[in-house]
Amino acid sequence: MSKFKKNKKGGTPPISTASLPDIVFMLLFFFMVTTVMRETEMLVDNTLPQATEVKKLERKSLVSYIYVGAPRGLNRKQKFGTKEKIQLNDVYANVEDIQAFIAAERESRAEEEIPLLTTSIKADIDVKMGIISDIKEELRKAQSYKINYSTRKELE
Amino acid sequence: MARSNRSTPEINAGSMADIAFLLLIFFLVTTTMDVDTGIARKLPPTAEEQEPEDMQGNARNIYEVYVNKADKLLVEENEMDIENLKEDAMKFINNNGKDPSLSDSPEKAIISLVNSRGTSYEMYIAVQNELTAAYNELRNETAITKYNLNYTELSKDKQKEIRKMYPMKISEAPPGEF
Repeated sequence: MSKFKKNKKGGTPPISTASLPDIVFMLLFFFMVTTVMRETEMLVDNTLPQATEVKKLERKSLVSYIYVGAPRGLNRKQKFGTKEKIQLNDVYANVEDIQAFIAAERESRAEEEIPLLTTSIKADIDVKMGIISDIKEELRKAQSYKINYSTRKELE
Repeated sequence: MARSNRSTPEINAGSMADIAFLLLIFFLVTTTMDVDTGIARKLPPTAEEQEPEDMQGNARNIYEVYVNKADKLLVEENEMDIENLKEDAMKFINNNGKDPSLSDSPEKAIISLVNSRGTSYEMYIAVQNELTAAYNELRNETAITKYNLNYTELSKDKQKEIRKMYPMKISEAPPGEF
C-alpha cells in the first residue's frame, strides 16, 4: 500500500475560475481607460471626404472641432432649412462666433499648450468651399493657424 | 471567550465575475476607438503680418491650380483630370531647371491653389490630397535613394532634412466667383 495513492478517482479535475474576475477586471480597466465618451451631439450631416495622405491627430485634448454641414435629420431640415450650418460645441453658430470660440478654447487650456492647439474642420462632402474659406479667414484672424481637414481613410 | 471563536464568514466572490462582465460590456459598447485622421495644413498669417517675400516667385516657379464651381480643374492654363494632377505636380516640382516652363528647383516651387466659392469640399480635399501625395512621393523617393529607407522610417532629423529639400509650399488665394 503506497502512501501516495490517495483518493485518485477518474475524470478531469474542474478548472479553477478563481482568476476569472481578475482577467475580466483587467479588460475592464483597459476599456475604462481608453474610452472616450462622445461629448457633442451632432446637429449637422457629417459625411467626411476620403483621402489617402492623412496624418493622425495626436493628443485629442488639444483639438477643437468645427463641424460644418446641412442640418441633420428631417425635423431640423424643416426648421432650419437645408443650407449648410456651422456647429460649435452643441449649438449652431455663425462664422463670426468662431473667434470667440477659439478664445474660449484657449482659455480652458494651460498657457504652454496654446501654441499646440489644432483646429479640426469636420465638414460634410456636400459643403461648398465658400463657407470653408470664411471659416479659414476667421481662424487666421484668431491666429489659430494649425488646422486639419478631417477625412476618412480611403478604403482600398 | 466566545468572541475569538467566531470567524467572519467568507464573502462569496462567485458573482464578482458577473459584475465585472456587466461593467466590461458597458465600456465595450460606449468606447470609440476611431482615431481622427485628416490632412494637416498651416494657415498663413493675416495680410498685415505677412512677410513680403512670400509670393515673390518667378512666374515659372508658380504652379497654378484653379478649381471652378463645376469642380473642373485648370492647371497651368490647361484642363486636367484629377487623376493626372499628382504626376504633373511631381514633374513640375522635381524639374530642377531642365524644362524652362517648369520650376527652377523644388525649394523654389510654389503651388498656387485657387478655388471658387462654389467648389465642393469633396473636390477641394481631393485636390489637396493629390498635391500632398505628390510631395509625399517625392520625399519618399529621395529618402529611398539617399538612405535606402522609407521616409516614414527615417529619424526626425533626416525627415527634416528631406522636408527642407522638398518644402511644401501651397499658397491659397481668396476664393473667387468663376
